[in-house]
Formats: sequence, structure tokens, C-alpha cells
Amino acid sequence: MERIPILQMGQFLLVTIQVDMHDRLALALQDDLTNRIVKTQAQGVLIDISALEIVDSFIGRILGNIATMSRILDADTVVVGMQPAVAITLVELGLSLTGVRTAINVEQGMALLRSPFGASPEERDTHAQT
Amino acid sequence: MVLKSKSVVAKILEQDETTLQTDWLKALENSDMYRKGVIRPAELRDQCSEFLRLLRNAMQQGNLTEIQAPEWANTRQFLADMTRVRAQQGFSPQETTTFVFSLKKPLFDRLWQELPKDPQQLAEEVWNATTLLDQLGLWTIEVFQKNREEIILRQQQDLLELSTPVVKLWDSILALPMIGTLDSSRTQVVMESLLQQILETESQVVIIDITGVPTVDTLVAQHLLKTVAAARLMGTDCIISGIRPQIAQTIVHLGVDLSEVTTKASLADAFAIALKRQGLKIVAAS
Repeated sequence: MERIPILQMGQFLLVTIQVDMHDRLALALQDDLTNRIVKTQAQGVLIDISALEIVDSFIGRILGNIATMSRILDADTVVVGMQPAVAITLVELGLSLTGVRTAINVEQGMALLRSPFGASPEERDTHAQT
Repeated sequence: MVLKSKSVVAKILEQDETTLQTDWLKALENSDMYRKGVIRPAELRDQCSEFLRLLRNAMQQGNLTEIQAPEWANTRQFLADMTRVRAQQGFSPQETTTFVFSLKKPLFDRLWQELPKDPQQLAEEVWNATTLLDQLGLWTIEVFQKNREEIILRQQQDLLELSTPVVKLWDSILALPMIGTLDSSRTQVVMESLLQQILETESQVVIIDITGVPTVDTLVAQHLLKTVAAARLMGTDCIISGIRPQIAQTIVHLGVDLSEVTTKASLADAFAIALKRQGLKIVAAS
């Protein structure tokens, strides 16, 4: 069965979804990723979905779940490169993925993971003021 | 009897066309609905004689009641073209239909002269003619209305495209000045163009300025929040600016929760905070 590769870059894990997600693939990714986080003691996870063109409510929910699970395992999660159509679909489905951090591309996503104050814009504002 | 009665109006049109046209022109020029200066007298005369000619041709086919029939196609086309031109010149529907209705008086005068001794036939003739002219007049109103609707529809579409510019203020800072009432279809267009621009410019901050939005109700607020949520999913922070005092009051009274979103009173404040987030600041030139 095909699987989505999980790459390790130092203390971060990198997941690049290059194929259209189907339900079993998403569930397999959820399994693999949680296992890898525990095994590698990763501090951050970056999920690149820039090639993902189609989402349904299930995939949307799994994406949110994966991010929440990673956070419970003490790894920051950033979802990067979401396509406009995907963003609109998720919002219309009522899945705003609150609590999941997002970035426009992989570069900024990595910067967000590395920055110690990157939790939210407000915290960055306070950081900038001090 | 019917055949004969038909021929009276047609006969008048054939034989007394010139006098009829002169009377009609006089009636048109004397009516308040005739705008001197907008239509030249020569043009009006041409239109009158053309209409009379078409009317005569159509009547010779013998159909006096059904103007949707094919033999009336030319007459309808002529009236439609004329109405279109007049609508563009700013005529009111009343002024436009007067062109047709003002033919009644001269035509009935002629009928009365033709049939002085036969009141029954006269009444019948008048009835036929009036039905016919009423239908033609109503037809011009219909065309007029259709024209207006087309214009309104086109303007709506123009507005939709015109009023949703996405402006790049600085590297990775976009601004979206919203103008006019936000409804579902407009918000959809706005959201799509904004997200596309975010993707192309890889922007990190978007300032949504609602100074030009006259009112904010729950629906508009919901649209705004949806846009903010979609932009956030793509990794871009949104700042809402240009909130007027009244709108702030309305938002609180409606119970709309904007606590998740950074809000600023003016676009300048929002731009300042956006720069700060990018680690930039504006300094005076020495």
C-alpha cells in the first residue's frame, strides 16, 4: 500500500503530500506520523499541502486531527502552502482548523518553527515591542 | 363586414398618408412629451413616415389584432430599435410610448370623416385601431423595460469586478479596500481574488479595510470572518481596519465575535502594525 513519506530534517519532521489524499492514505499518515514523532522526539512538524487540490470534510478533519495530535506529543505543527480553493472549501465546511498554525510556503513555515516566539501574531507583536 | 371594416383604416393609411402624417407630426410637436432639440424634426418626420409605411404593409396582410404574428415583425423591430435609441437619449417610458399613442387622435379624426353616417362601423373601427395601437405602445414599454434591465445587469457585473482591487502595500503586505455593500456573490469574488493574490505574492499580512462598507450586519460580519479564516488557513494574518464608531457599536450589539481578529481604527494604524510584524519601521529621511 502506498504511503506518504515522512522526512526528518534535524529536529523537525517534513511531510509533503504530493498525491491526492484518499481516506485510507490519510489514516495511514496519521498513524505513521504519530509513531515517528514519538520515535524521533521531533520538536516540530511541517506539513506541505501545496499539491493538494481537492479536500473533503473527512480529509479536512484528519488534517486538523493530525495537527492536534502532534501538539499533544509536544511537537509544533505548521501546515503550509494551502491552495485558495482548498482554503475556501474548508471554511465553507466549517473546518477553520483553529489552533493549527499556517504559513504561505515551506520557507516561512520553517522560519515559524524555528522562531521561539512564533506562536501567534499577538505574541510576536509583544515580542517586537520589547 | 369585417373585411370592409379592415380596409377603412388601411385605406386611410394608403390614401391620406400625407395628411395623416402632418396631423400626427403636429400632435407630436404640440404634446409635452416631445422634446425639442433632442430629436431633430427631420428625424422625427422620417420615423413617422417609416412607422406609417410599416403599419400599412402589416395591415395589408389583414391581421389587425395579433402583433406577435410574423407579419408584424418589421413593425416590432422598428419600434424596438427606436425605443432603444430613445432610452439611451434619456427619454422616459411615457415620452417613448407617446410616439405611438399620439397617432390615435389624427387617425380617429380621419375615420370619423370617412364614416360620418355609420356610427356602428365607426365604433368598431375605432375599437380595432385602439386595440392595435395599445398593443404597439405596450410593446415599446416592454422593450424599454428590457433595455433598462440589461443595463442594470451589466452595471452590476461591472461593479462586481471594479470594486474589488487587491493592492500591494509593501513586500508581503496586501491591502483590500472594500467598497459598497457586501453580499454573498461579491464576497465570493473578493475572497477568491484575495486568496489568489496571496498565493502569487506570498504575502504574510493582509489589511482588510472596511471604510467604504456602509453597514455591517451579521451576514457581512460572517462573510468577513470567513475571508479572514480562509486567509489564515493559507498562512496569512488578517487585520481589519477602517471600523467607524457606529459600526463598532453595531458589531457589539449584534454580538459578533471579532476577538480572534486584529482590528484597527484606521488603515494607517493597521499598516504600522503590519510593518512591525515584518520587522520593519518607517523613519524620517535624515
